[in-house]
Amino acid sequence: MTAADVLQMTDIRKSFASIPVLKRVSFSLRKGEVHALMGGNGAGKSTLMKILTGVYTKDGGTILIDGQPVELNNTTAAERAGIAMIFQEFSLVPTLTVAQNIWLKREPRIAGTFINNAEMVRRSREILQELGVDIDPETLVGTLPVGYMQIVEIAKALSKKARILVMDEPTSSLSEAETEALFDLVNKLRTSGISIVYISHRMAEILTICDRVTVMRDGEGVMTEDCVGLTVDRIVEAMLGAGNTASFEWQDRAPRADATPILSVRNLRLPSRVNDVSFDIRPGEIVGLAGLMGSGRTEIAETIFGRRAPVSGEITFDGRPVRNQADAIDRGIALVPEDRRKMGLVLDHSVRDNVLLPNLARFTRAFMVQDTEALKTVTRTIRDLSIKTDGPDKLARLLSGGNQQKIVLGKWLARDPRLLILDEPTIGVDIGAKSEIVETVRSMADKGMAVLVISSELEELMAISDRILVLHGGRIVQDMNRRDLNSEEELHHAIQGHHIGPSDHVAA
Amino acid sequence: MQSKATISARPTMSLPKLNWQNYIVYIFFVIVLGFFAVTIGDKGFLTVTNLFNIARTTAMITVIAVAMTFIISAGELDLSVGSTTALAALVCALVMQSGYPWPLAFVAAIASGLIVGSLNGFFVTVIGIPSFLVTLGMMQFIRGLDMRITYTNPVSVSNQSFNSLFGSGKLFGVPSLLIWSVVIALVGHIVLKYTSFGREILATGGNRQAAEYSGVKTRRVKFYGFLLTGAAAALAGMLYTGMMQTARFNFGEGAELMAIAAVILGGTSLFGGKGTILGTFAGSLLIGTINNGLIIMGLDVSEQMMIAGAIIIVAVAFGKKPGQA
Repeated sequence: MTAADVLQMTDIRKSFASIPVLKRVSFSLRKGEVHALMGGNGAGKSTLMKILTGVYTKDGGTILIDGQPVELNNTTAAERAGIAMIFQEFSLVPTLTVAQNIWLKREPRIAGTFINNAEMVRRSREILQELGVDIDPETLVGTLPVGYMQIVEIAKALSKKARILVMDEPTSSLSEAETEALFDLVNKLRTSGISIVYISHRMAEILTICDRVTVMRDGEGVMTEDCVGLTVDRIVEAMLGAGNTASFEWQDRAPRADATPILSVRNLRLPSRVNDVSFDIRPGEIVGLAGLMGSGRTEIAETIFGRRAPVSGEITFDGRPVRNQADAIDRGIALVPEDRRKMGLVLDHSVRDNVLLPNLARFTRAFMVQDTEALKTVTRTIRDLSIKTDGPDKLARLLSGGNQQKIVLGKWLARDPRLLILDEPTIGVDIGAKSEIVETVRSMADKGMAVLVISSELEELMAISDRILVLHGGRIVQDMNRRDLNSEEELHHAIQGHHIGPSDHVAA
Repeated sequence: MQSKATISARPTMSLPKLNWQNYIVYIFFVIVLGFFAVTIGDKGFLTVTNLFNIARTTAMITVIAVAMTFIISAGELDLSVGSTTALAALVCALVMQSGYPWPLAFVAAIASGLIVGSLNGFFVTVIGIPSFLVTLGMMQFIRGLDMRITYTNPVSVSNQSFNSLFGSGKLFGVPSLLIWSVVIALVGHIVLKYTSFGREILATGGNRQAAEYSGVKTRRVKFYGFLLTGAAAALAGMLYTGMMQTARFNFGEGAELMAIAAVILGGTSLFGGKGTILGTFAGSLLIGTINNGLIIMGLDVSEQMMIAGAIIIVAVAFGKKPGQA
């Protein structure tokens, strides 16, 4: 170890029910370093971080902080050692002010009794100013945008004199602009000597912001390297293991441009944001819908699925308008919603029950669900999508993010839909599962299924789409053939509203 | 290198657990039976007559609790079942008193239960008021209505085929009340476990939003759930009437709490998404056994109520919380 290492974890071991989850993992953090921790779901990242933050106790190995051995047996010990986990949004009390949240349970007091509000606000303002963010400590947290909540979390950690921050997927619910702001902040923290463990699935992001990358696979550290000169391919290879580099590459599928569209959207106007959107999707075609967070992509998807009524405009599926959600489902439209835990799954039900839910009618004879027959479909779904589960009766909650998403995808594919809408299909999904999902969707499209993909990950849109629609300022400003796109940069610019005639230029 | 000594500082989350919580009602049942057999076995607790007596007196609670399992599994609650019981009892007794045949009285009673159920369902699913509040108000409203109908006077029923069918009769030596509760529990078990309606009830309670996105019409499902509790309460009212050969305004007082206790004791999650009718049946018998045993032990009604209340709290404390596997 070098003198500048603030944190040195060596040979960390941890087993659950005698199944080793961490097999002698080592991880170090330099002063003022942003260190990415990557790996598929189940690689052991979260377990390692839970050991660092005192949630779990390690079975073996040593942890040194500033060269001194420490025992992080509980969260208080970790906090005292200067380690803080940055939660995204859920650990703040929305009905309290920013200052009250920062100093919760540690409020400065007058005569040790009464809370000194003025002092609390003053100190909060100091910290926030140091961070260079413009948040009034007296606003209610509930009224802040999501991106700001994370900043409040960071302020809270700094108020506890934390020197090591663990950030888990910090950008997953942030807009482009909020992400930029967060990166600025991370840079500022780095300069002031704070060390950051940065967990993310987003490759491009990691190469932008991090100094070093450690990749874990199957409970082992398989790579630790400087970001300078590192490529995405190299990281992916480390994550998947040599020879497993799945095809997360674009394939020119040459879709039939002459076929009659199965879905036609004309002059769609929605109560929020979407003003005038028109596009077509043909059978067998994979169409990407790009746009900023909050540009109305999800609303468009839900309107096609019949969950929302448009203000005006027309959606025809197979030549006829869609009346409501039941009609949409009956006629073969499927939606894999944005938030799988909230909208996609009954987490406390089994894989089997979740897969069957939209398919119940098909397996019901004289009111009774034909379970034997249904089980065949469930088993086939598990096999076709290679869902990693002990069996069909395992609770969905116990599966990893990638496998959960495969259940949501599988329950709809079991219906053989003719139009599949995917809303952010790979958030929190590891690269292995991600490419499996992409491949499944592609092979279904080859059989004639039309696909509409919404994603904030441009890499993903570039990998899967035949055509990409760019939504900006409430309308489709570009309809690009994937073949004509050479880089993610071009797409990125289009989404931000550049390269477009002045009349369409609307500030983001 | 660290020694293994630090391992079990806290229990790990992923240890394979025996799901003893699923069987807690049966464990309780055995303990309670054993306790009463030892303490009051010689006072007639173990006689066939007394055991049949337990089954008879719990029949109404069982019938209500079976329907309650559905509505709780769907993530809602129905507190109005107790007073609906008396409403249906009075309706069927009055119809028969006016000289109409008992099948018509039966239909009228069920209809009264369905009306209450559809009102509950309307306010919960269309207006969007939490079921706790709607059915709390409904409980009070209907109880007032019960008192108003006959100015609290009882209505006697002299139709012997009705009395025999619904309460006092026997078939091959088995009390008809026991047959009713077994049949209703069996039908409920099949519907909840093997029909798509049952699956939709559980999915609605497990995650309403995900069920919606999967095409389940969750509001309709909940509405049917309230019709079910209304109809079950009405049937329970007729069972009371048949057993007592009289209908009274105060039938079913506290039945809603007994039924909820039976459901939760049985292993159904109060938070929805997980329900078992067999557990409910066992829970109901357990409560009936405790009540019966306490009576034989010579405890006062006041003491019985205290114990019943305590059981509800203990049951929920031992029951499953959301998020537990």
